[in-house]
Parts: sequence; C-alpha cells; structure tokens
Amino acid sequence: MKLTLGPVLFNWPAAIWRDFYFRMADEAPVDTVVVGEIVCSKRAPFVAPEMPAVIERLRNAGKEVLLGSLILVTLERERRATAELAAIDGLGVEANDMSCLSGLNGRPHAIGPFLQVYNAATAFYFAGRGATRICLPPELPAASIATIALALPNVMTEVFAFGRVPLAISARCYHARLAGLSKDNCRFVCQEDADGLDVETLDGEPFLAINGVQTLSHGCTNLLGDLAELAAMGVGAVRLSPQSCDMVAVARAFRDVLDGRLEVGDGLETLARVVAPARFLNGFLHGRPGVEWIDPVRPPQPTAGAGDRGCGRPSAR
Amino acid sequence: MDAGADAVYCGFNDETNARNFPGLNFTPEQLAQAAVYARAANAKTFVAINTFPRAGDQQLWQRAVDTAVRIGADALILADVGLLHYAASTYPNQRLHLSVQAAAASVDSIRYFVDAFRIRRVVLPRVLSVAEIAAISAEAACETEVFVFGGLCVMEEGRCSLSSYATGRSPNMHGVCSPASHVAYHEEDGTLVSRLGNFTINRFAAGKAAAYPTLCKGRFRAAQTEGYLFEEPVSLDAVELLPALRQSGVSALKIEGRQRSRAYVETVVRYFKEALALLDAAEPMPAGGLVTLTEGQSATTGAYRRGWR
Repeated sequence: MKLTLGPVLFNWPAAIWRDFYFRMADEAPVDTVVVGEIVCSKRAPFVAPEMPAVIERLRNAGKEVLLGSLILVTLERERRATAELAAIDGLGVEANDMSCLSGLNGRPHAIGPFLQVYNAATAFYFAGRGATRICLPPELPAASIATIALALPNVMTEVFAFGRVPLAISARCYHARLAGLSKDNCRFVCQEDADGLDVETLDGEPFLAINGVQTLSHGCTNLLGDLAELAAMGVGAVRLSPQSCDMVAVARAFRDVLDGRLEVGDGLETLARVVAPARFLNGFLHGRPGVEWIDPVRPPQPTAGAGDRGCGRPSAR
Repeated sequence: MDAGADAVYCGFNDETNARNFPGLNFTPEQLAQAAVYARAANAKTFVAINTFPRAGDQQLWQRAVDTAVRIGADALILADVGLLHYAASTYPNQRLHLSVQAAAASVDSIRYFVDAFRIRRVVLPRVLSVAEIAAISAEAACETEVFVFGGLCVMEEGRCSLSSYATGRSPNMHGVCSPASHVAYHEEDGTLVSRLGNFTINRFAAGKAAAYPTLCKGRFRAAQTEGYLFEEPVSLDAVELLPALRQSGVSALKIEGRQRSRAYVETVVRYFKEALALLDAAEPMPAGGLVTLTEGQSATTGAYRRGWR
C-alpha cells in the first residue's frame, strides 16, 4: 500500500509551508504528494511563488506530485485558476470540483476526496473518462470502500487515514465571522491557527475546528489500526493530511506498520506522542458517527454509551 | 398545486430522496396518483432521487428512476454521477434536473453535467450571490432554479458531513440531516438543553423558544467567544430579492415544502404567487408576511447578498 501526503488545508505562512514540503521531500516515506491551496483562493497568492521549488524538490526526491484543485469554485478568478490548473501539462492534477473535471476533458487525472464518489457506478464513470486514482469521501464506511475498490481493480483507490477530517465547505468564512470581519476584508486571521481554530460545545467539549470557509473535526482521524483491513479490501493508498505535528514521524509510523516493522499498538502510542494532545477518531470507517474512536487494540466493551465520545486526552485549549 | 405552484417536487418514501423522514413522501402508487392530479391541474411533477446510491445497492436507486419514469414524472432531480449516467442512457428522452446536492456552483461544473447527461435545469447551491446567479444563468446551457424560502443550508449542499460526524446519518447517504431520532432535550438548572448525538447544540433560558438543534445553527465556543459560529437559527426568505432574481434570468423559484405541514406550504406558495403578481405589476415586494413561518421568527437572504460571506 502506498502513502499519499494530502495538501496542506490550513493557512500556513509561505516560508513554513515551503520548509514543510522540503522536509517531507527529504525525510518522509510517502509516495505521492498533493500540493496547492484547495480551501480558500485568497490564500493562493502567498504560496504560489514557492510552488516551483517545492515541486522540484519533491520530484527530485522521487515523489509523484499532484496539483490539487480548489474545492468550491464560484468567483471568476477561481474559474480561471481552475481552468489553468486543468490545462497544465506534465504534472498530475487532483480534481476536487466538477469544474476541474470539465477542464480536464478526459485527460488522465486523480479524483480528490471532495468529489462525490459514493458507489462503483460513479467511480466507474469517472475511470472511463481519465480518472486513474480516486480518494474517496471521508464519510464512506468500510463496506462501500470495499465494494468500490473491488469493482475497480485498475484504479488506485485511496482512503483518508490521518488528520483532522474535512466535514464541510461554505461560501462564508467562519474565521472572519468570528473576528467580526467581512470575507472580502478578512485580514487573513485564519493564519493564527496552524491546525484550524478549536470549536467546543457550550459544555466545553471539543467538537469541531474552523479553517476559514472549511469546517473539520476537532479530533484527528487515525486509521493506523485499520490498515490491514484496508489493504485486504484492495485499497491502494492511504492519505495523511498535514497537521502542525511532526508529519515525518506520522508517515514513518504508517510505513512501518504497513511493512510489518511496527506493531499497531506501538504505532498508536507513537502517534499519541506526536499528535498530543491526541483525540483520535475512525468512526466513519466503522459505519459509526465520524467522531467516534473504535480502539483497534482494545475495542470498547458493549455497554450502552461507551465509546461515544472519542478517546484520549481532552484538548488543552 | 391548489395554491398555485407550477411544479411540485417530491420523492419516494425511502432512502433514495434527501428528505427521508417518517411519515413523509410517496409510495409509487401514491406518486402515480399525484402525477395524474398534477396533469389535470396543469402542473408538473418532479421526482427527487437525490441521495447518493450506497455502493453495492445501486439497484434500489435505479428502480426508483425506472418507477418515476413509468409514472410520467416531468423531470427527475438527480445528484449522483453514476445514477445520472444510468438515467440519461436508459431514458434518453427523460427530462433531468441536477439536484442542489450535486454541488454545481459554477458554469464549468454545470457544463460537465449538461454535456455528459443533457441536464435541462440546475438547482443552484445556496453559496452564490444574486450577481453570480445572474452570470451563471446568462452563460449556462440549461435553466437555473434557486431556493427562495425555507431552510438555509449554511454549508454547500452535497459536500457536508457534519450530520454523519455527530450522528452517523448523513444527507448524502441517508437523506437526513441532524435527524430527530438523534435529538434530545433536557432541563438543566432551569435552562433547556438541546442535544444532537452526544453533543450539546444549544441552551435556552426558561420561557425562550427552543430552536431545533440543526448542527450548523447551534451555539458553540471558540477563541473565548460563545455564539452562533456558523449561522443563527434562521430561515431563508428571498422575497425582497424577487425583482433582482427575475432580472438574473433564473427559470424557477424553489420553495422548500417537504418536511412541512400542508398549511405551511399553502401559505408560502400563495404568498410567493402574490409576490410574483405584484412584480408583474411593478409593485413593491411585500415584507415580513411570512415571519411566523420562519425558524426563530427570523429570516435572512443568506448568500444572495455578498456580505453574508
């Protein structure tokens, strides 16, 4: 099974963004890296100047590089940027919106997790028109993943396996709203939160995270304990979504568990140290509420209400 | 129809439609009768089959398409690419509309669906301003339809997993959002607490009306601030924008009517029919006439005004 590093979803300062990719190129055992600003088009100009060097460094390190397209395309400049991306020669594109597929016009490409691939018929349709890899929507349960992967043996099926899981996209910017600013004059307040802004319930329970126009889970997806099952289904790659924690260590833990050099339990302990404060979740895969954590090493006892609230230490925020 | 609707959209009483709630929707026989009634009333019947077929069970959704075609639906409202492909290739003459759940928010997205499946109308996501709707309507090779009254999705429809994150039940897969089966209310020190799944969505002081705990309209905390971080418990009411929407070239105005009482639907439809008549007569639009039917007695024009963003 291959490892994919997804695009950075958060608004990291350009120098930090560049250095992150340089380090991942040099040290992380990932096979494919998706780069590009896919959440908010207002952020794109900041990382654009660093993009050529990042792509070159990753390719020189033997990584396959894909350019991710914007999730929600409404403005004219967003349409232009998406069309230009789809027209680029010599680099793979991962489409996150149907507008990008329109521009690709059947050329080989990847389908990102923000397109709605819920069944084999849809995957098959896309595969017949140039899709060579499909990262499935994070909310899909194992049964659906297995059915799709089995039906499309020639397509690389990928599953979102690590990081705060994207749950929604909006035209409204919640960072700006919280700061009392308009989106057009947002002052890029989202840059203050390297992993998004924690959202708690009125009881102080960790719940969600805000990333500009995007909403994510508060907890961190962790399918380390599910890798054997995913491989048996025919899943070809798992996606690690960049967080501010040590992503080289995360990638190594996944690679080592996949290669049998590390036990799942030890790998989970490693990730709990790296991600701290760790609050893991894998409910979607198990057909449960996405927020839940089904501990692969110590599955919950079947008592009412158990395992309903995630696991691990509460957030320090 | 009796209140003046030109078309009614409805669905089968199973998970193939995005309002899969107990007591709603139609059996195939009921829908066939409804289609007969509509034809006599010179109104259209649109059948929404707009959830995303579960992998391995696509046949349930394909049979829904077959049934809707057989009973003479004037249009099918679909979202899933695989199902659109099935409908377009099996029934090349059937009129297809693209559901809001397909999240087609730009002309380029719409073009994909027009070219691939000959869709004749797109229901636009509630993420666009009126100016953007006008630009799309001018350039798209199909009709456009927009929501004017009812619930307000704050997130782009079709790409929201908030409900399944908290409850395991999602609009895309199960046709439900923040389902009542996962809602609970309880008293706590004189305040009413509303919960969805295992999470507190809001608290209400004694005597205050408690809004339904739709996840994106709850009260939460972030950065030492407490409030409606995503949206307040409001409804969409775009009646004041009807002049602009007509100018924008949209073909149809959509009133959310499923999961609503007959009295509600009739009142809202009559209100908008009267508003359109006023528009024809170049009279000003009515204001506030539907406030008692809105959530929390408060309404918004949502993304139709750019400042909402």
